[in-house]
Amino acid sequence: MSSLTHKIPSYFKVKIDQDLCKKCKRCTTHCSYGVLSFNGEKIVSDDDKCVACNRCVAMCPGKAIRIIENDSYLPPHGNYTRRIRNIIWRQSGDGGVLLSATGNDRPIRVIFDDLLLDACQVTNPSIDPLRETIETKIFFGRKPQKLEFNYNIETPDDISLKTDFSPNFEIDMPIMIGHMSLGSISYNAVMAIYQAVKELNILAGSGEGGLHKDFYEYGPNIITEIASGRFGVDINYLQNAAGIEIKIGQGAKPGHGGHLPGEKVNSLISQTRMIPKGSDALSPYPHHDIYSIEDLAQLIAALKEATRYKVPIGVKIAAVHNSAPIAVGIARGGADFISIDGFRGGTGAAPRIIRDHAGIPIELAIAAVDERLRQENLRDQITLVAGGSVRYSADLIKAIALGADVCMVGMPVLIAMGCRVCQQCFRGLCSWGIATQQEYLVRRLDIDVARNRIINLFHSWNEELKEVLGAMGIDSVESLRSNRDRLRYIGPNPRIAEILGVKHAGE
Amino acid sequence: MSNNNKIEINAISDENPLDYKTLNEVIHRALSQGKTKIVLNNVCGQRFIGASLQGNIELIINGLPGNDLGIFMDGPRIVVNGNCEDQAGNTMNDGTIIIHGDCGDVIGLSARGGKIYVKKDVGYRVGIHIKEYEHKHPVLIIGGTAKDFLGEYMAGGIIIVLGLKINDDGSVEESNHPICGNELGTGIHRGKILLRTDENLEENLGIGAKLFEITESELKQIDPLLDEYCDAFSIPRELIDRKPFKVVKPISKRPFGGNYCGQIV
Ligand code: SF4
Ligand code: SF4
Repeated sequence: MSSLTHKIPSYFKVKIDQDLCKKCKRCTTHCSYGVLSFNGEKIVSDDDKCVACNRCVAMCPGKAIRIIENDSYLPPHGNYTRRIRNIIWRQSGDGGVLLSATGNDRPIRVIFDDLLLDACQVTNPSIDPLRETIETKIFFGRKPQKLEFNYNIETPDDISLKTDFSPNFEIDMPIMIGHMSLGSISYNAVMAIYQAVKELNILAGSGEGGLHKDFYEYGPNIITEIASGRFGVDINYLQNAAGIEIKIGQGAKPGHGGHLPGEKVNSLISQTRMIPKGSDALSPYPHHDIYSIEDLAQLIAALKEATRYKVPIGVKIAAVHNSAPIAVGIARGGADFISIDGFRGGTGAAPRIIRDHAGIPIELAIAAVDERLRQENLRDQITLVAGGSVRYSADLIKAIALGADVCMVGMPVLIAMGCRVCQQCFRGLCSWGIATQQEYLVRRLDIDVARNRIINLFHSWNEELKEVLGAMGIDSVESLRSNRDRLRYIGPNPRIAEILGVKHAGE
Repeated sequence: MSNNNKIEINAISDENPLDYKTLNEVIHRALSQGKTKIVLNNVCGQRFIGASLQGNIELIINGLPGNDLGIFMDGPRIVVNGNCEDQAGNTMNDGTIIIHGDCGDVIGLSARGGKIYVKKDVGYRVGIHIKEYEHKHPVLIIGGTAKDFLGEYMAGGIIIVLGLKINDDGSVEESNHPICGNELGTGIHRGKILLRTDENLEENLGIGAKLFEITESELKQIDPLLDEYCDAFSIPRELIDRKPFKVVKPISKRPFGGNYCGQIV
């Protein structure tokens, strides 16, 4: 398409207080979007390019910079908002599919916020988490439905276990850092994440980017991902992981493939994904060996064969209208865990139309899948992982009470490392060194600091989880799982409460 | 190879085929005993044979292996005396698969290296998303013909289709099937597909694919591969040289690069 320029009012304005400005020009080197420059006399800004990433604000030694919304008034219209008009201006200029990053940013009501937690009063005692043990560990993997023994009444001493066990491993918190590949985020960001999950004994996903050999040592805390492009998938990738996840879909872009543009495939990415430098890395929309549940079962079986039945194999789907029956098919197909990613789930790059309009809220998907698996007598056999905007510990706790065993967390980890949620990840210019492959930007992210901030974040989530469990009189997170009676709904739509299987407050 | 290193395994026990798990377990046991040549007899549809095997070993399969033969394989050589089902060589990293018969769909899916030689015809979406990396260039040679979506999303390596009818008695003639189907090389962004035909394939091409006449250097490149192929199936090389090759290559390394645009907030 030819690019037809059209003067679009900028979203932001960079305000520089010339009295405070020391003319050190630091902001001009820190802005990776080319907004700020020194004209020989003072710092000037090209506001059209500003994304409000706030790097300049944080780095200005004189505290001279403020980013403000462009307050120049557009003719008001309640329907054609600034956002809608901006989309139309862009598209009529570029003629392409609009890209976006992070997660759905439409102001759609968050169901988690309409849920309230129960606490003990009088009739059941609460537990003091500071003095008594409250267990937050989880066993990850398939559990047997029942235990069977070889037992003969004639020789009662001769008793042995008949049930075969599937591989399980233990994590200390019901938390998994969601799949973010090296490529979507930087080496330093990935390293910080892996070091943190090792220290915390929780999980992280590899994303579809292969596993650089520097990361092999973190394998026992990494779930590697098999996506449709099979990038970086080789024997080391399969055998150096705590578990393997077949990625069918992602909450931010259900039904969509992946597209890492060639300019981001530098030598680090090329080595890790095992593709030539400079080539686009295209992940086909579907897996072309999976067109049915039977085919999916086949790939699950193949991965179990390839790993000699040593690690759990799971499947990730985006939360869509019919997630529940699909989840049943996945469980029957032999998966040891199922991951569901809600419509607010994050991404490094996705068509905006899909990010903003496809999928369903994770709260509803968890409840529907949990309920259906229960009806089919499968729920206790598999580990259910859920994500798609678990923002803070309150969401984690509510997701578990709705039916998740483990929550995937992405954006909060990035925010902990310094991300300002500017939604520009797909451009590869992240001024905070997170969603970029440019060496001079990556260097800005200090691995030790980032790691420790992630550790602190999840330490506090886990303490808050214990506080809530204690207040509920529950001594193990496993007893909160699917315990929907400990939730009440206060939102406007009783139908939602019905689907969630949660009573209204006051009931 | 001394006979000590060889073992024969019957894939049928008491008239029932072993399930794939048991059969693969038997293969793994043999390998752990140091066997390097394994002959599997009476194979009938067992899946995942040779999954993720590594090293310098050889599997001879007498019968019909099931889907995902040699999936994730990294080095071994597999010879199938018979036909083969879908997805042979799925995500293979290295090694050789030689199939003395027809093959199903999606052969070589996402393979990054190694060679797959098929004597007869193959099905749909063969060679999809095979890719190259550094010294790794997967090679797929099909003696017969292929169906639609050959080399879809191809990201490297080479696919050769000969359009022959190689009979079991060793005689060879020109196949009377079309050499390939539609959507040929759709989404290809690296690598090439060579088809031995004098037909015009313009109509068959998929998005991002373009037809070229073969160059001298390409002829040189495939020469040793064709010799090896003819050796594997004991067919005379002169026959192949009777018809020219057409080459399908990508228009661009970035076939969909212009499709997207950014937006600030
Ligand atoms: S550093 Fe970020 S906030 Fe500052 S001017 Fe550049 S884009 Fe805007
Ligand atoms: S990771 Fe970087 S580019 Fe992406 S939203 Fe955060 S600050 Fe912006």
